[in-house]
Amino acid sequence: MTYRSNLEKSLSEGRFTLTTEIGPPKGADPLKIRDKAILLEGYADAYNITDNQTAVVRMSSLAGSMILLQMEMEPIMQMTCRDRNRIGLQSDVLGAAALGIRNILCLTGDHQSFGNHPAAKGVFDIDSIQLLQMIKNMRDTGIFQSGDQLLAQRPCVFLGAAANPYADPFEIQVDRLRKKIDAGAEFIQTQSVYNMEKFSRWMDDVRSQGLDKKVHILAGVTPLKSIKMAERMKFHVPGTDVPNPVYERIRTASDPTKEGYQIALETIRELKNLKGIHGIHITALFWEEIIPSLVRESGLYIRK
Amino acid sequence: MIITKQKNFNELLQNIGSKPVFLVGCTQCATLCHTGGKDEVLALKEALVAKNIPVSGWAVLDPACHQMNDKRMLKEHSAELNSSAKVLVLACGNGVQTIARLLSEKEIIAGTDTLFLGEISHVTEFNKQCVLCGECLLDLYGGFCPVSQCPKSMLNGPCGGSSQGKCEINSNVECVWDRIIQELKKRGTLQTLSIIQKPKDWSKAGEMNRRI
Repeated sequence: MTYRSNLEKSLSEGRFTLTTEIGPPKGADPLKIRDKAILLEGYADAYNITDNQTAVVRMSSLAGSMILLQMEMEPIMQMTCRDRNRIGLQSDVLGAAALGIRNILCLTGDHQSFGNHPAAKGVFDIDSIQLLQMIKNMRDTGIFQSGDQLLAQRPCVFLGAAANPYADPFEIQVDRLRKKIDAGAEFIQTQSVYNMEKFSRWMDDVRSQGLDKKVHILAGVTPLKSIKMAERMKFHVPGTDVPNPVYERIRTASDPTKEGYQIALETIRELKNLKGIHGIHITALFWEEIIPSLVRESGLYIRK
Repeated sequence: MIITKQKNFNELLQNIGSKPVFLVGCTQCATLCHTGGKDEVLALKEALVAKNIPVSGWAVLDPACHQMNDKRMLKEHSAELNSSAKVLVLACGNGVQTIARLLSEKEIIAGTDTLFLGEISHVTEFNKQCVLCGECLLDLYGGFCPVSQCPKSMLNGPCGGSSQGKCEINSNVECVWDRIIQELKKRGTLQTLSIIQKPKDWSKAGEMNRRI
């Protein structure tokens, strides 16, 4: 069996897989990516490179992914529909595949009003589900979205999508996951889990429909570094769910950072034992240095 | 209904300067959304006169975007128009352009910003409903339009930011996808959402004119 990527291989062989995230800099310095990559090397099977996340202009995910490839680390290039229409997106898929990028995570993208250019015109020509289907068709049937044919080599990529069990209405979130699978998603990275009870309920539904057999699900974990961060996640970041008991643990802790780390450890342990979960996706933006010890201490396989 | 809002008065003052101005309103949309009906035209006239800006005359056209009607109605005001350097139009961008073509020797000032095509839900409350996309998809979504009302125009929504029926970009805005889902549930057709809707054909929004 040949696999398109190391990520696909790890998931397909049934290993409990680990991904993490590197946010490109607000500048042109490649060392900013390299430094984070050196810190995280060996602590994940593949590394997400974000695409102007929260609509803040940063180095492109394509360039960031390329820098990682030069270091012989495997990127998951994130792609959003906010800044490029179907022409730009398909062009970048071809470019990414030509450069050796083998994993793409398809997202609709945060609205531009959240970022540092709120006056920008959002593109949103297509949505994440249409992006998945478009790339799948380029890869599997060799046709562009318009029906025009690809002429020289199809993009050989492993396709992922995001899922948010905490979005409303809850009852349609599993159907939405199924729709993403139908569109072409082969792996899923979920919203960060703080509310384990609700996540477990979502996974019960996912399993009852057999979707965990159709797609590889990596559960999201983001350690809370401070009371301020917990507040932001609880009250301001759309689509996140920090339940009161978790919030209170951080708020009343003598060392909130330590407590946040502890909660993340417990979350990973619980997720490891949750049926249908194939791996963990750790995001620790501006706190990447915590990831190695989190991975070691939670007993996750270390790739070094 | 084309929903407009009047530009800020100080901005209008700056654009008018001190020369005589003729005011134009519209009997249709601008009247119904209280930006360019007779009442608003006269109120603006009064406010300008109070600032010592001469107003040579005014007319409320029926409607401002109707070339033939405009020609006829403006004829009665030719003397007033002759004595004004500028014409300020309190109508939508459509009306402003029609007047600009008819009175090409005048400097035209747009008195409003055109916001959207929307419904009047109360006398003073308007909701965006349509972005004139050229290919109506309302049948698929229980009569709610995600192209115009979802800030990400998602045809396969909702996004992960829908929270308790509200949109992530502004908690005062209802998530149209939540409304679509509630509506289809009521009708017993929720399962139709499992069909992947293909990317929209935006070439249909590119029509520049139509003759019948």
